[in-house]
Amino acid sequence: MIKKLLATAALTAIMAVSAFAADDKPAIVFDIGGKFDKSFNESMFNGSEKFKAESGVAYGEFEIANEAQREQAIRNFADQGYSPIIAAGFAQAAAVEKVAKEYPDLKFAIVDMVVDLPNVQSIVFKEQEGSYLVGMLAGMASKSGTVGFVGGMDIPLIRRFGCGYAQGVKAVKADAKVIQNMTGDTGAAWNDPVKGGEITKGQMSQGADVVFAAAGGTGLGVLQAAADGGALSIGVDANQNHLHPGKVLTSMLKRVDVAVYNVMKSGKDGAFKPGIQALGLAEDGVGYAVDDNNKALITAEMAAAAEKAKTDIISGAIKVHDYMEDNKCPVE
Amino acid sequence: MANARGELPTWVDIGLIPLLNLFIALLVAGLVVLIIGENPLEAMWIMLKGAVGSIKGWGYVLYYATNFIFTGLAVSVAFHAGLFNIGGEGQAYFAGLGAAIVGLSLEFLPWPIVIPLAILASILFGAFWAWIPGYLQAKRGSHIVITTIMFNFIGASLMVYLINNWFRPVGKMAVESREITGAYILSFREIGLQFFGVRLPSTPLNLTVFLAVIAVVFVWYLLWRTKLGYEIRAVGANPEAAIYAGIKPDRIIIIAMAISGGLAGLMAVNEVLGVQHRLLLEFAGGAGFVGIAVALMGRSHPVGIVFAAMLFGLLYQGGAELSFAKPLISRDMIVVIQGLVILFMGALEYAFRPTLAAIFANVED
Amino acid sequence: MALSLSWERAEPKFTMTPAIELIGIDKRFGAVHANKDVSMTIAQGSIHGIIGENGAGKSTLMSILFGFYAADKGEIKVKGQPAKIKSSFDAINLGIGMVHQHFMLVDPFTVLENVVLGAEGGRLIGPALAKARAELTRLARDYELDVDPDAIVGELPVGLQQRVEILKALFKGAETLILDEPTGVLTPDEADHLFRILGQLRDQGKTVILITHKLREIMAITDHVSVMRRGELVATKQTSQTSVEELAELMVGRRVLLRVEKGKAKPGAVVLEVKNLTWRDSKGTARVDNVSFTVRAGEIVGIAGVSGNGQSELLELISGISKPTSGQIIFEGKDIGILGDPRHVRQEGLAHVPEDRQHRGLISSFDASESGILGWHYDESLGHGFRLDREAVVNRCQSEMREFDVRPGDPLLKSAKFSGGNQQKIILARELKRNPDLLIVGQPTRGVDIGAIEFIHKRLIELRDQGKAVLLVSVELDEIRSLSDRILVMFAGRIMGERDASSDEREIGLLMAGVSKDAA
Repeated sequence: MIKKLLATAALTAIMAVSAFAADDKPAIVFDIGGKFDKSFNESMFNGSEKFKAESGVAYGEFEIANEAQREQAIRNFADQGYSPIIAAGFAQAAAVEKVAKEYPDLKFAIVDMVVDLPNVQSIVFKEQEGSYLVGMLAGMASKSGTVGFVGGMDIPLIRRFGCGYAQGVKAVKADAKVIQNMTGDTGAAWNDPVKGGEITKGQMSQGADVVFAAAGGTGLGVLQAAADGGALSIGVDANQNHLHPGKVLTSMLKRVDVAVYNVMKSGKDGAFKPGIQALGLAEDGVGYAVDDNNKALITAEMAAAAEKAKTDIISGAIKVHDYMEDNKCPVE
Repeated sequence: MANARGELPTWVDIGLIPLLNLFIALLVAGLVVLIIGENPLEAMWIMLKGAVGSIKGWGYVLYYATNFIFTGLAVSVAFHAGLFNIGGEGQAYFAGLGAAIVGLSLEFLPWPIVIPLAILASILFGAFWAWIPGYLQAKRGSHIVITTIMFNFIGASLMVYLINNWFRPVGKMAVESREITGAYILSFREIGLQFFGVRLPSTPLNLTVFLAVIAVVFVWYLLWRTKLGYEIRAVGANPEAAIYAGIKPDRIIIIAMAISGGLAGLMAVNEVLGVQHRLLLEFAGGAGFVGIAVALMGRSHPVGIVFAAMLFGLLYQGGAELSFAKPLISRDMIVVIQGLVILFMGALEYAFRPTLAAIFANVED
Repeated sequence: MALSLSWERAEPKFTMTPAIELIGIDKRFGAVHANKDVSMTIAQGSIHGIIGENGAGKSTLMSILFGFYAADKGEIKVKGQPAKIKSSFDAINLGIGMVHQHFMLVDPFTVLENVVLGAEGGRLIGPALAKARAELTRLARDYELDVDPDAIVGELPVGLQQRVEILKALFKGAETLILDEPTGVLTPDEADHLFRILGQLRDQGKTVILITHKLREIMAITDHVSVMRRGELVATKQTSQTSVEELAELMVGRRVLLRVEKGKAKPGAVVLEVKNLTWRDSKGTARVDNVSFTVRAGEIVGIAGVSGNGQSELLELISGISKPTSGQIIFEGKDIGILGDPRHVRQEGLAHVPEDRQHRGLISSFDASESGILGWHYDESLGHGFRLDREAVVNRCQSEMREFDVRPGDPLLKSAKFSGGNQQKIILARELKRNPDLLIVGQPTRGVDIGAIEFIHKRLIELRDQGKAVLLVSVELDEIRSLSDRILVMFAGRIMGERDASSDEREIGLLMAGVSKDAA
C-alpha cells in the first residue's frame, strides 16, 4: 500500500511537470501501419510536417504497436495537455470516444470515422466519389473492356473504393468486366507489394488493361507490375503518377494530409470546429490527379466526361452508392 | 561419471544466469540507443519509471502480464508434453469468437451466468483450435509446429471473414463487433470508483488478472499434483518410458494440446471481455508469440512464467513510455530492445553457462 | 622447450619407448572425483586391458587420452614425447584411434564414405575415395578385416559395423587403438574374430587398449591389465601372472561370489504360456517367429541370445507394449496378448523390468520418487482419482530405497544422477513391491557394478523361492547360466532350443550363433 502511495505521489509529480509542458500543441497518433507506410499514415505525417514547417510549432507523435496502446497514447497526450489530438484511422474510434469524454476541454479529431462528441471533429472521405471518377477514366481508357481492382486488406472501407470504382466503369461501359481482388485478411495486406504484383499479373492475364490499386504499400507492386506488363494503373491516396510516368493513368486522391494540416492549423488559430467533416468532391477532399506525367493518357474527351460527372455528383444529379450504407454494391 | 559436466547450484541456474542474461541484453540494447544518439541510462530510467513508477504504469504492466501469463502457460503445458505449440496466437484469436458469441448473444442474462459461460466458451474455442493440430500430430504425424503455424493463418483469415461479415454492424467502418453492453469484466478503475470511491488512473487492467493467478496455480497443480500431469510430463520427457508405463502418448498429446489451447484462449477473456468489450481484428496482437519467449525464459515453470510475463509487461509498457518521451526511439527500436532480451534470455540462455560452471568449479575446490 | 627435446632424443634407443604414458592424471566433475592421480604406462605392441566397475573412471581416463575431456592435472606422453591433446583431432594426429561403445557411424553412408569421413582431404571426394579403396583392401588383407566397401553401413550387422570403426581408425593412421567395451554387442563367434584381429594388430606392432568389464576377455587376450576402482588405479599386472579371482577382488575391493548360491527350483503351476507367438515389423519381417514356451511358478526361465535376435520384441509383446501379429500369450489362464496395453497387463499381476533402463525403465529428468512410480502412477494408493499425492509418492520411494539399499537414498534427486546399479535398484524395487506373479526382466545387470549385480541376482532368486515366476532375458551368458533353471536360446526370432542350467556353455554358444543340433 505504501508503495502505491509513493507511486501516486510520483505520478502526480510527473503530471505536474508535464501538464504545462504542452499548451495547445497538436499531437497525432499513427495507427499500426506506422508513419512510413508510403500511404495513409505517411500522408498524414506529411501534413503534420508541413504544419510544423510553416508554423514552427512542434507536434507530439506516437506510433502504436498494439491495440492497448491506442487508448494509452491518446490519453497520454491528453494528460500532457496536447490539443487538438488527431487519431489517424478508423480503428482508434473507440479510444477517441473514451478519452474525449474524459477531457471535454481538449479538442480531438479522428480520420476515417465518426465520433459524435462536442469536442471531436470527425473527418471522413467520400472515397466512392473519387473512385467513381477514376473508374470512368479506367473504363474509357480500357481497350479490352476488362479492368482490375486490387484492394489491400478486405475491409468495408476498401470495398467502398472498389464499389465506387465499379460504378464509374459501368457508367461509361455498361458491359465492361471489373475484376476485384483483395490482397489479404490481415494488416500485412497493406504492405505486400510482391503479392500485389502477382495479383495484378493474374488480372492482366484475364484481360485487364487498367488496374486500380487501393492497397497502401501493396499498391507499389501493382503499379510496377502494370508498368512492366504494358497495362495502365491507377494510384491511390497521394498522387502516384510520377512513380511510372506515362504508365499510371491517374491517381485517386484522398487528401488526408490536407485534412490533418487543416486540423492542426485550425487548432492553432482557434478556429477548430467539432462535428463531421465529410470530404468529397465538393470539398476537394477526394479527386483524381492530372499532371505532366499522365497528360498524354487523359484525352480531352475523357477529361470532359470526368469533369461533367464531377459536377453532376456535386450537384446530386449522379448518386454514387456508398458500399458502407448497406454493405452491398449495386454493380459487380 | 554420474554427474554431468558443469553442474551449477540451483540459485545460479534459476537466479544468477537469467539476471546476467538480462543485464547483457540491456547492455547491448543500451549500445543501440547510444548509436542513435540518445542517452541509454536516461532511456533505461524512462522505461523503468514509465513501467513501475506509477499506478498507471503498474496497471499496464499487469495488464500485459495477464495476457503473457495465459499464453506463456499455454506454451509451457504443451512443452511439458514435448510439443512446441506456436499457435497460441491463433488459439487466443479464435477463442475471442467464443467470448464474443456468448457476450453478445446472452446480454439479457445477469453477469454471474454470462461471465462464466463466456470464459468457458473462450476456453473451449481455444482448446478446439489447438485440438485439431494435436489430433493431426497424434493420429497422422503432421508436425505440430507446421500445423499450429498454419492454424494461426487459418484463424486470422476466418476471423477477418467472420468479423467482417457476421459481427460488424452495417455502416460501421472499423472491423469489429458492436460493443458488448451486457456483462463484461470490470476494470480496476471501475471497481475503485464503484466500491471504494477511489479514482484510479484509467488502465486496461481488469479482474481477469485474478483469472491469470488461478491459471498459474491450476497449471502447477495439474503438472505436479495430478496423474494426468505426471503422464503429460512423462510423455514429454521420454515417450518410450511413457509407453512402457502404459501411458498412451497419442491421447496425452491431444489432451495436452487442448489444455494448452484453452489456456491461450483465456487471453481472449482479458481482451474481449475485460478491455475492449468487443471482438476486434487482430486483438491478440502478438501476445501468442510473446508467450513462447515467456515460457522459455520462465523455464516452463508457472512461477518462472509469472516473472517472465511481468518482465515482458514491463518492457512493453516501459517501451511505450520511452517512445512517448523520446520520439527518436521509435517503436521499432523498442521491438529491437525486446528482441535482444529474448535473444539473450531465450536463445543464448546457455551462452554463459560454461564460463560460470568453470568459475564455480574453481571456487569449490 | 628446446632443451627438453634434446634430452628426449638423448634417451637410449634400445629400451623400447612406451606407446602411451599417463602421468598423474586427475579429473573432477563437480563433486565426483573421476580420476585420482592415475599413472599408467602402455607398452608398444601390446594389448593392455583396463578393467573396473561402472564409474571406476576407465572411460573418463580414455576420454582424456582421446581429447574429449581436458585433465585437471597430469601429463600425457605419446611415444615418449609430451603431448597436448585438446581434441580428438589432436589425438588422431598423434596416432591414437578410438572405437566407441556406441558407434560413431553415419548409417546411410557406405563403408568407404564412413572411412574417409573426417579425412576427406581436399574439396573433391573422388580422389580420396579412390585412395581409401586401395588402402581399405590392404588393411582388410593384413588384419582379416573384410568388409564390402560399398555396403551401406546401416544395413550391416553390428559385428561388421565395429570392423568399420576399426578400419576408420587405422585409415587415419592409428598406432594405438582404444576399444571401449567392444564385445557387448557381439556373438561369441564375432567376439572370437575380433580377438583374432586384435592379436594381429598387436603382432604387427600396433598397441591396443581394451576397456572391458568381462574378466574372461582380459584373461584371454591381454598382455597387461590395469584395474581401476573409484577413480584410482589399484594395480597393473601382467596378465599371465594373475587370475580371474584376483582381478575380481581388486575391482571391488573384496571377494565376490561369481556363482550365485541357489537351491533347487520347485516349479509349480504354469503361470505364463506363450503359444505360436509371431510378430512382424512394418516391413513384414517376422522378428518373433512362431515362439512357444511356458514359465512355471517358482522357476527362472532364461532366454539367451545375442542382442537383436527377437528377445527385445518378445519382452515388448509379453509386457503389452506391442500387440502380437498372431499367437497367444496366456497369463494365468487369460490371453493378455490381445490387450496390447501395458497398464492392463500390469493390473493382471505382471511386472516388467525393461532392458533399456535409460529409455524405458525410468525418466532421467524426473526425480527418483517420480521414476519410482512409473507404470504404477495410476494406483489409488498414490492419490485418489485424478490426484497424485506427492507425499505418498515420496514416502513410498523412501521406504523402497531403504529396503533396496539405493544410494544416495534421496527420493528427490534426479533419476539421472544415480549410478546404473542404483537406477536398476529403483526400477527393481518398483516392480517387485507390487508383489507380481510373474516378473519379466531384460538385461538386469547391464552396465551395473558388481556389488549391485550380486544384490539384483539375490533378489531374483528370492522371488523364485517365494514361488513366483521369472522370465529373464540377458545377453550375458554367464548371468543366464548362473540364474536360470531352464535356458531357451533365441536366434533370428525363433527358439533354437532348450537346455538346462548345467549344460555346456559351448553348446549354448553354438545355438546363439544359429547352429542347432536339434534342427539338424
